[in-house]
This record gives sequence, structure tokens and C-alpha cells, in this order.
Amino acid sequence: MTTTKYDPRVLKAPHPVPGAPDNWKRFFSFNTDAKVIGIQYIGLALFFLLVGGLLAMVMRGELITPPADLVDPSVYNGLYTMHGTVMLFLFLFPVLNGFNNLLIPTMIGAPDMAFPKLNAAAFWLVPVFAFVLLSSFFVPGGPASSGWWSYPPVSIQNPLGHLINGEFLWILAVAISGVSSIMGAINFVTTIIRMRAPGMGFFKMPVFVWTAWAAQTLQLIGLPALTGGAIMLLFDLSFGTSFFRPEGGGDPVLYQHFFWFYSHPAVYVMVLPVFGIFSELITVYSRKPLFGYKFVALASFIITFLGLIVWVHHMFYTGTPQWMRNLVMITTMLIAVPTGVKVFAWLGTLWGAKIRLTTPMLFVLGGLVNFIFGGITGVMLGTVPIDIHVGNTYFVVAHFHYIIFNTIGFGIFAGIYHWFPKFTGRMYYEGLGKIHFTLTFIGATLNWLPLHWAGLYGMPRRVASYDPEFALWNVIASIGAFMLGVASIPFILNIVSSWARGAKAPANPWRAIGLEWLLPSPPPAENFEDDIPTVISEPYGYGLGKPLVEDEEFYVRRSMEA
Amino acid sequence: MTSTNADLPLKHVPGHIKHDGHNLTGFIIFLCSESIIFLAFFVGYSLLKITSPEWLPEGVEGLETRMPLINTVILVSSSFVAYFAERYLHKENLWGFRAMWLLTMAMGSYFVYGQYVEWSELAFSLSSGVFGGTFYLLTGFHGLHVITGILLMGLMLARSFRPNNYAKGEMGVTAVSLFWHFVDVIWIILYLLIYVWQRTS
Ligand code: HEM
Ligand SMILES: [Cu+2]
Repeated sequence: MTTTKYDPRVLKAPHPVPGAPDNWKRFFSFNTDAKVIGIQYIGLALFFLLVGGLLAMVMRGELITPPADLVDPSVYNGLYTMHGTVMLFLFLFPVLNGFNNLLIPTMIGAPDMAFPKLNAAAFWLVPVFAFVLLSSFFVPGGPASSGWWSYPPVSIQNPLGHLINGEFLWILAVAISGVSSIMGAINFVTTIIRMRAPGMGFFKMPVFVWTAWAAQTLQLIGLPALTGGAIMLLFDLSFGTSFFRPEGGGDPVLYQHFFWFYSHPAVYVMVLPVFGIFSELITVYSRKPLFGYKFVALASFIITFLGLIVWVHHMFYTGTPQWMRNLVMITTMLIAVPTGVKVFAWLGTLWGAKIRLTTPMLFVLGGLVNFIFGGITGVMLGTVPIDIHVGNTYFVVAHFHYIIFNTIGFGIFAGIYHWFPKFTGRMYYEGLGKIHFTLTFIGATLNWLPLHWAGLYGMPRRVASYDPEFALWNVIASIGAFMLGVASIPFILNIVSSWARGAKAPANPWRAIGLEWLLPSPPPAENFEDDIPTVISEPYGYGLGKPLVEDEEFYVRRSMEA
Repeated sequence: MTSTNADLPLKHVPGHIKHDGHNLTGFIIFLCSESIIFLAFFVGYSLLKITSPEWLPEGVEGLETRMPLINTVILVSSSFVAYFAERYLHKENLWGFRAMWLLTMAMGSYFVYGQYVEWSELAFSLSSGVFGGTFYLLTGFHGLHVITGILLMGLMLARSFRPNNYAKGEMGVTAVSLFWHFVDVIWIILYLLIYVWQRTS
């Protein structure tokens, strides 16, 4: 009834989470509110970004001169293993799960995740995982040092004979992280399938929800395979089996299949949500509907499918027969099609638009440029003849950092700035944000662009010393790396000071369309509680003047007055 | 009635989101991803078997198949018993449910016992080459699931004695019997792979 819609009793203050005080302490407790868990994930992940970054700067410090003079080569092996593991499993996956937690329920109008306790348990496994992984620095023999791939036979040698060694802890830690990710994935997928607001059909979901769904499906299919392989590796390492030991009839290449069957799709687990973030932000800041929305949404699942069948492109030079290489080369190239659909949809949206260059949008545009570059080097690596030549060089390192940091990392920063006002209730400082962006863009380019040439000219990866002919490129790269370290200062400063003292954020500072922007900033514990809106039009109706939900004014009003 | 409705601020009545369905959806997704771990093991087993130069360890002729066959029959029939238990529960015949459920648990326990006997009589160990490793890994990982299933059934049985938890228990019973059918199907594949497909080329 219309008369009851604006009942002042509805405008009651958000009720507090039962049993948890409404202050910073709840971020250090076992809290089941998805928004608290989301911030917990992101906070922890940013801390590990610093840890991983420090490890990287030690590596770049070592590589600033050709000989191995700063650290011992064996220590260097431990450094790159831990750097890769920390960045992937303690920064990227957790930070993206943080976004999933913040955005999935609020974007689909659900009060919370389908399984709030499971959700909190999945989060608290991350510190356990971190503890197990990092404690390996203090066991005899030091941390795992056979790379984040942990290929046998190197990884199953245990010269010390101790049961608890770095490699053992590494596998255990990865297994814990896998359990946590599976718990998360079950939760996200169930939530998306079962808890959408009335009226929100699949083709009314925001692209971020689509991409998160596709990515989490990949987790559910890929991670169990890795888990199977990891169990076998652990048994080989510690209990005398020979799954991957040629002496006992085992096959080391089998491990590579298990590993890449997960770890190739894993790159899409990370990049798909960032495609989602790009899609959201590009429409908001260019104020146009997303060009080809349905294709962008569906392309996520096409990428998921293709991502599952091309893992062998990481094994072109490990005895793969020629017919299989050719097949994989072709399917790898095919991924460029759905990915291209997305890129053209973004460019089509930006075309002729009046773009607002806020910090998040700068990160999106920077990330987009880098993604196009990294995608091209990816296609190059997908061709057998090129890969055979540069596969073990810095060209690969440059390729995947262009994607993993310069695209995914940029997307994550963009997302953090964009949704910061919504979930903290405070505005960030635009000036500091722009300094952060500038330092990051220059640092990242200096760091990884020159390494393409170092790789093409033959600088091998995974070694602590190199031929002096590559010295100049490495000096530039190291300067870039230190600049990225410096770039974290304005970022941290911005987050901490805006959260403490920033201007109070309005409900919808960017005038964006989406269910999350109909909530007050920060949203109350159960989001819409029982007043869940009915969705009546597609997302991204910028400039079309169509309301997103029934009784839109009611929700707008309530979010402003809360 | 109209007056109470007018008290409600919005058209959406509290509790319009049904929470019960989630659990089953989540559980089915969980089972799907679990079956991929088994799939990984099956693929690994088959590939290793086809490619490894020597499969059976020295002095081992092959696996005895009679005991495992009896075990298979018992486990597969227990799946039907579990199905009948569920039927009784739907008809609100609690005692019928409990009896059938207990029988399922007994059959499952016999299976575990049978596997224990088989393991203790084998002439090879975990570290006897690829064969030993894969054999114990596959049967052991499956056995762990059987034990988990029995424990979960015990939990559901205990719950059925708290009648006001009936609805909650029913949900759990559906999930646990799904799990049990799953463990069963996995065993059939495992039996075919390990015991039936014994001859190497
Ligand atoms: C979309 C996001 C992408 C991410 C996050 C990503 C990430 C990575 C990573 C981490 C590696 C290094 C693996 C290692 O440690 O050895 C790698 C290698 C590789 N990438 Fe990408 N990549 C992406 C896109 C692509 C695309 C679009 C292609 C091809 C069309 C591609 C083709 C390859 C190939 C062939 C290799 C293997 C290089 C080698 O080891 O010889 N990548 N990528
Ligand atoms: Cu790949």
C-alpha cells in the first residue's frame, strides 16, 4: 500500500550485528556478516601484498647486479617460491574473495551469503594457511624452494630426512587454502543461484556477479584436481610412495597435468572478477549502458569452458606430442575471441563518452591498456614455436606480470577505491589516490616492460645471476620495483586516514546504478533485511531514465536518510 | 488481517527468502567437486597403469577378488536400504526409519571391516612402487568417505530422537543418503578399475 511505504518506522537505524560491537573490533572477531568478512579478507590480503612485495624487492635488489652477491642462490630459490605463493594464495585469492563477499550479496539484494558460518570459517582458514606457510622460514632447510609449481622430482627430494620440512609445509598450506577456497566457492555459487532478489533473472545480474560465478565454477572444477595431485605429492615426499618417481614406475609429468589443470584456469579465476570490476566501473564513469551486456556476461562462461581445456600450453616442452601441441595451440588462440568480445564491449562503451577521470577510472584505463599488451604476449606464448624459444625466459615473467599485476592488480585497486565509500562510509582523498596511480603506473611499466626484451634476448628466469649483457634492463626493472614499493605509501596513508577522518560518504557518491547503491553507506547488517526490492530492468541503464527497481524513490530516500 | 498487513512496511513479507533449499544446493555442489578429486585419482591410476613399465610389485600375482566382491554387493545393497529409510521418514514412520538407517550403518561398518581384513592380508605396502601407492590411496580415500558417511548417519540417528528437530533432520537425511549413494557409485567405478581391470598388457 502506497501510504505505508514511507512509514517512518522503516527508517529506523541499522540494527547492530548480534553479539558484536559496532566498531573496529568486529573485524578481528568471528563475524558472520559478509560485509565484515569482505573487509577482513581485503585487509589481510593487503597486508600480504606488502609481505610479498618485500620479498620481491629483495629479489630485485639481488638482480640489480649480474652476479649473485646479495643473497645465496639457494636462498633466492626460496624467495621466488614464497613470493609467488604469497602473492597468489595470500593476496590475490583472498582479495577477490573479499570483493565477492562485499559485492555478491549487496548486488543481488540478498541479506547475506547462503552459509554465513561457513563463510566466516573459510576466512579464518586464511590466517591458518598463512601461519603454516610462513612458519616454513623457521624449519631446518628453510622454506620450499622449488617454485610455486613445485614440480617433482625437485620438490620430492628431502635431503634432510625431516618429516616437517619447507616443502611439506608448503603442500599442507596449499591444501588448507584449497579447502578454504572450495568452501568459499560453494557459498558464492549457492548464493548467486538461490538468493537473487525478486525479478533479478540471470540477465539482470550485474556483470561482476556473472564473472564471479564463472570464476567460482572454475574453482569448483579445478581445485579438486590440484588437491588430488597435492595429496599424491605429499605421499611421495613423506610416505615413500612413487606416484611421480620414475624409479618406482611413477611419472613426474603426470603431476604437471594435475597442476596446470588447475593453475591455468586459476589465472581466469583471478582475471574474471577483474573483468567484472572493469565492466562496472567503465559504465559508471562513462555514464553509458554497457555495450553488448549479454555477450559480456556470457563470454565469462565461454572463457571458463575454454580455460579448462588448454592447460597443456604450459607443457609444450615437456614431451608433449606434436598433435597435442597443435590442438592446444589452436584452442589457446580461441580464448582471444570471448576475451576480445569483452575488450571491444569496453571500448564500445568508452567510445564518444564523457569520461570522468577519478582514481578508480584511471586504474581501469591503465589496467585495460596493460591487459591488451599482456593478452598479445599471451597469444605469442600460446604459439608453439615462440614458446619453445622464450618459454623459460623473462619473457614469460613479463607476460604474466603484465596480466597479474598490471591488469588484475590495477583492477583490484580500482575496485577498492570505487567501493570504499560504500563499505566504509567515508570518502577517500582523490589527490593521494592520483599520486598512488601515477607512481604505480610508472613503476609497473619500468619494472616489467624492459623484461620482455631481456627475455627475448635470452635471459633465463628463476636464477640469481645472469649475463652482464642484460644488466641495463635489470637496473631499470629494479628501479621500477622500488617505485612500486614507494607507491604503497600514499595508498596506505589514504586508506587509513580517510577511514579515520575522511568526509562522510553519501549513499551514492558516483551516481551509479545498482542495488548496492540503494543501500546506505555503510550498509546495515542484513542489507535490505526484509524490504528486498523487486528488480524491473537490466543493469547499466545509464541515460535511459528507466528505474532499476520498483519504488526506486523509496529505497533512494531511505538510503539517504539512514 | 488488513490491519496487520498495513503494519508491515513493505510488500515483501519477512522470511520470503527460503533458507532450507540452500543447504541441499550447496551440498550437491560440494559432491560435484568431490567427485572431481576421485576423477583425478581415477585418471591418475589409469594413466600410471598404462604407462608404467612394471605394474605389480615383485612376488605379487594379483588381487584376490572374492572378499571385495562380497563387500561390493553389501555396499551397493546398503544404498537401497538407505533409500527405504528415507521413504519411511517421508511417511513419518520414525521407527521404520531408524531400523533401516541402523541397518545401513551396519552394512557400511561391515564393508569397512571387510576392507580392514583385506588390507591386513595383502603382500605389498604403500611404498611398493606405483601399484602399492595407487591401490592404498584409492581404497583408503574411499574408505575414509565410508567412515565419514557412517558417522554422519549416526548423527542423523541421534537427531531423530529429538522430534522438534524433525524438519532439520529430514534435510540432513536427504543429504547424507545422497552422500551414501555417491560413495557407492564411486566404489563401483573403483571396483571395476582395480579389481576387474587387473590384467596388464
Ligand atoms: C588472462 C589472464 C592471464 C593470466 C593471469 C596469465 C598468467 C600467466 C602466468 C602466471 C604464467 C606463468 C606460469 C609459470 O609460472 O610458468 C603464464 C604463462 C603463459 N601464458 Fe598467460 N596469463 C593470462 C593470459 C594469457 C593468454 C590470453 C594467453 C594466450 C592466449 C596466455 C598464454 C600463456 C602461455 C602459453 C604461458 C606459458 C609460457 C611458458 O611457460 O612457456 N596467457 N600466464
Ligand atoms: Cu595458461
